[in-house]
Amino acid sequence: MTMAPKIHAEAVGKIFGEGANEFLAIDRIDLTVAPNEFVSIVGTSGCGKSTFLNMVGGLTEPTFGDILIDGTPVTGPGRDRGFVFQGYSLFEWMTVEGNILFALEKSRLSKPEKTELVRQFIHEVGLRGFEKSYPRQLSGGMRQRVAIARALVYKPSLLLMDEPFGALDAQTRGMMQELLLKVWEDHKVTVLFVTHDVEEAIFLADRVIVLASRPGRIKRELTVDLPRPRQFDIVTSPEFSQLKRGVLADIREETLKVMSLGDDA
Amino acid sequence: MPKTSSIAANAAAGRIDRRQSRRKKGLLRLRHPIPDRIFTSAGLVVPVVLVLLWFAVTALGLVKPLFLPSPLAILEEAWRQITTGILLEDAAVSSYRIIVGWLSAAILAIPVGILMGNFRLFEGALEPLISTVRYMPIVALIPLTILWAGIGDEQKILILFLGTFFQMTLMVMDNVKTIDVNLIRAGQTLGFSNTEILWRIILPAALPAIWDTCRITIGWTWTYLVVAELVAAQNGLGRRIMDAQRYLATDTIIFGTLFIGLLGLLTDYAFKRTGRSLFRWTADR
Ligand SMILES: Nc1ncnc2c1ncn2[C@@H]1O[C@H](COP(=O)(O)OP(=O)(O)OP(=O)(O)O)[C@@H](O)[C@H]1O
Ligand SMILES: [Mg+2]
Repeated sequence: MTMAPKIHAEAVGKIFGEGANEFLAIDRIDLTVAPNEFVSIVGTSGCGKSTFLNMVGGLTEPTFGDILIDGTPVTGPGRDRGFVFQGYSLFEWMTVEGNILFALEKSRLSKPEKTELVRQFIHEVGLRGFEKSYPRQLSGGMRQRVAIARALVYKPSLLLMDEPFGALDAQTRGMMQELLLKVWEDHKVTVLFVTHDVEEAIFLADRVIVLASRPGRIKRELTVDLPRPRQFDIVTSPEFSQLKRGVLADIREETLKVMSLGDDA
Repeated sequence: MPKTSSIAANAAAGRIDRRQSRRKKGLLRLRHPIPDRIFTSAGLVVPVVLVLLWFAVTALGLVKPLFLPSPLAILEEAWRQITTGILLEDAAVSSYRIIVGWLSAAILAIPVGILMGNFRLFEGALEPLISTVRYMPIVALIPLTILWAGIGDEQKILILFLGTFFQMTLMVMDNVKTIDVNLIRAGQTLGFSNTEILWRIILPAALPAIWDTCRITIGWTWTYLVVAELVAAQNGLGRRIMDAQRYLATDTIIFGTLFIGLLGLLTDYAFKRTGRSLFRWTADR
């Protein structure tokens, strides 16, 4: 690869707590992500997926190692990155429009330009007619679309997503995955996508990172060479099944390991 | 009151609306919704039955009027207090004390609670102290409050303040702490400063819960009224009750107690209604 990496994480580790409560959440993660690449991270619950994503987002400081974005070390959160959180995390007191407009407040665009962008993104995520609704009045899938629009509207070059579709039913989830792929292709962003759904991870990504747990580290990396644009029926292809079997076996092994650790405790 | 809506009428289209026939047998099902009308009536039936029982017991002479005067005697007492203007005067004086006492507690407790909820340093510094103080009996503080604030209105207000402030601070701290941290993280990612996040994200997110804390704590302030007016008060709803004890005027005692309860209920209702229109977004649909 000749292009400069979008994300370069080197020997990143994280310890939570201090003294007797010290807990090694992530031992060591080395990861390089190319511009416009779509990378999924999978792993059992508690393996450090959110922690790693938060460190890339600048929301948590790594204990060891460095994270570079576009060659610059991460020192805090910033508008070069968009974040979609586990759970919806919308501003409940703002309308759909208000939530998305709030994300543009720190940008230098003029008022009409902002209004136009908000309109465009509401259209893109299919929420026309709901501009004035409050988050409470929306379904889970619709809320998550607001969250995606809010994270994309200020044109970040890196989109960090933490189990964004975890709370959705299978059908809605499928629609959201296709929407995300379309948005990704249209906007040329790099995506780091955390999920515990193996099928989702493979379906979306160019590369899948499987994390081992306690402490978190990379267990396996695999490249997904399936053609794009991907249709939902690709999950029934033999290539897909083979990838899925490999990842599932890894995760199963990790889960068993964690459960037996739990027995010892 | 549920009117027969056009939605229901249109949807029925020749079918039987089962809500009608379910009504009776469905009243005691676990966690099962019941018609609004029955829900509200149930709340009226209980006090009405109690008053009837009370009436019967006194009319039959089962207890002496000294211990329990008849409901009619209570009404007479109410009429006397209204016509002589005592009630209005007492209510005005007491409401003033409640409002000033509660408001000064709230004005201090809300910012302190917000600081404690957001900064571990403030929580660490103040939480142990406040948690201890809030278990101290307010009645025992009466002598101290007299020394500090004299025997005027200030002393009554101080008692109400002390009874409210500590509890309220801890509750506000909790209201702030329980907001979703990802809202704060979203604000950081969007480039907002700490001060902006405090004012524009944390506060609005916690505000409905803080409002509810206000509603609950003002209820507690009402319950401290009698304690506050225990010493050297000329008037007030609580004072009236304490005086009546000396003359064994049971009717005055019972009326006064019920009336304080009624004012508390009205305050509660006012807070609920205002909250609902202030925080429309918290309503589903
Ligand atoms: N602020 C914190 N303080 C102490 N320990 C923490 C903290 N945040 C996370 N941990 C611990 O670090 C480990 C990794 O947590 P993390 O939230 O990253 O897991 P995850 O892979 O995202 O799990 P899930 O799939 O359940 O979301 C867990 O064991 C968790 O208990
Ligand atoms: Mg997580």
